[in-house]
Amino acid sequence: MIEVTIAVNGIEQRHQVEDRTLLVEFLRDQCGLTGTNIGCDTTQCGCCTVHVDGRAIKSCTLFAAQVDGAEVVTIEGLGQPENLHPMQAAFRRHHALQCGYCTSGMIMQGVDIVRRGRAVDEATIRHELEGNFCRCTGYQGIVEAIAEVARTAPESCKASGDAA
Amino acid sequence: MSVPDFAYRRPATLAEALDLLRSDPEARALAGGQTLIPALKQRMTRPSILVDLQSIPEMRGIEVDADRVSIGAMTPHAVTATDPRIRAAIPALAAMAARVSHPQVRNLGTMGGSIANNDPAADYPAAVLGLGAEIETTRRRIAADDFFLGLFTTALEPGELVLRIHFPRPDNCGYVKFANPASGYVTTGAFVARGPAGVRVAINGAGPVVFRFTDAEARLAGDFTPAALDGLSLPAAGLNSDIHASAAYRARLAAVGTRRALAIALAQPPEQIKESA
Repeated sequence: MIEVTIAVNGIEQRHQVEDRTLLVEFLRDQCGLTGTNIGCDTTQCGCCTVHVDGRAIKSCTLFAAQVDGAEVVTIEGLGQPENLHPMQAAFRRHHALQCGYCTSGMIMQGVDIVRRGRAVDEATIRHELEGNFCRCTGYQGIVEAIAEVARTAPESCKASGDAA
Repeated sequence: MSVPDFAYRRPATLAEALDLLRSDPEARALAGGQTLIPALKQRMTRPSILVDLQSIPEMRGIEVDADRVSIGAMTPHAVTATDPRIRAAIPALAAMAARVSHPQVRNLGTMGGSIANNDPAADYPAAVLGLGAEIETTRRRIAADDFFLGLFTTALEPGELVLRIHFPRPDNCGYVKFANPASGYVTTGAFVARGPAGVRVAINGAGPVVFRFTDAEARLAGDFTPAALDGLSLPAAGLNSDIHASAAYRARLAAVGTRRALAIALAQPPEQIKESA
């Protein structure tokens, strides 16, 4: 067992876990944050995408112990049902989800794409979404939602460590 | 829990890391984990201890001078892809890093981890061999020509770690890969470079291990133009053949890729620094 302390959505989470605990397991089982989904568990589908120190990663392919001391943001830290993050609102507006399973990962990756200034055109957004699978929507609404946030609210996607 | 149990350690110094790796024959180094963790889930490897290298200073950072670019083994692909000094000095290396796998993997996967794994379908071995880089390890410096030995096999000995990769700055460089559209892995790639060590052409993905395309090198040595490659072909004997591509198709891709990589090398020259800053 190992003690892991991670600031998740601004709240310090300190838990004794097995060394082999994946970050996604830490988030779901220790922190009770089940918005982050496990899809393929093989680093392909992107449903488990969260931000570690401002960078999008796949939490099924990283041990919690590797990010001991880091800051993690999950879908629960982005917005609230009564106060959606602009990316969440854009996904709703553009019908960028159907079953919803990939959505938290898509939104976390969408925020990362805008943060890095990579939402420059449709082709680039699609390229940047290579690590996120959606089996319902055909991606059109997802791409439109990300492009809209890049146009209208790019500052909402900045990470805490980014320059103003 | 999808991964078999092991003990996690994150040493702060290189000496401590090497001690941990020596302490148990089943101990393994953990770099970015983007290949190793999926392999652990599939029970392809069962280490007793995972020694996380993220805090070791000797494996971090990027240094650029008039002659060389030195990249720490733990540098993630996303950093190699966007670092303005690498983009200026070796644009084909930055462009390669920007196309490894997908963005989330690029934030974690490292250059040192990739070359130590030496997957035949990985990108970096082509740049390391094509540019004639030197691999600095915990014991010695190894020329790229002596490093990549075979399928998932390198010159690294047990307990020997890659610290840095030292690339000579080229006059021209270009890389083209034909990637599997589903996995992103390299079906066949070609890296063309001209620099202090002459013209070098490295082919990845096509064979069990990255190799130099000596016929292409000989043609380009005297005439670094597309015309020099007219009629170029690679024998298919010994190349990989699978459901994605036959050996003959890979041989063809190697020749076509070499020509396209040359076009990039000619069109996008690196910035040259005449005097050390």
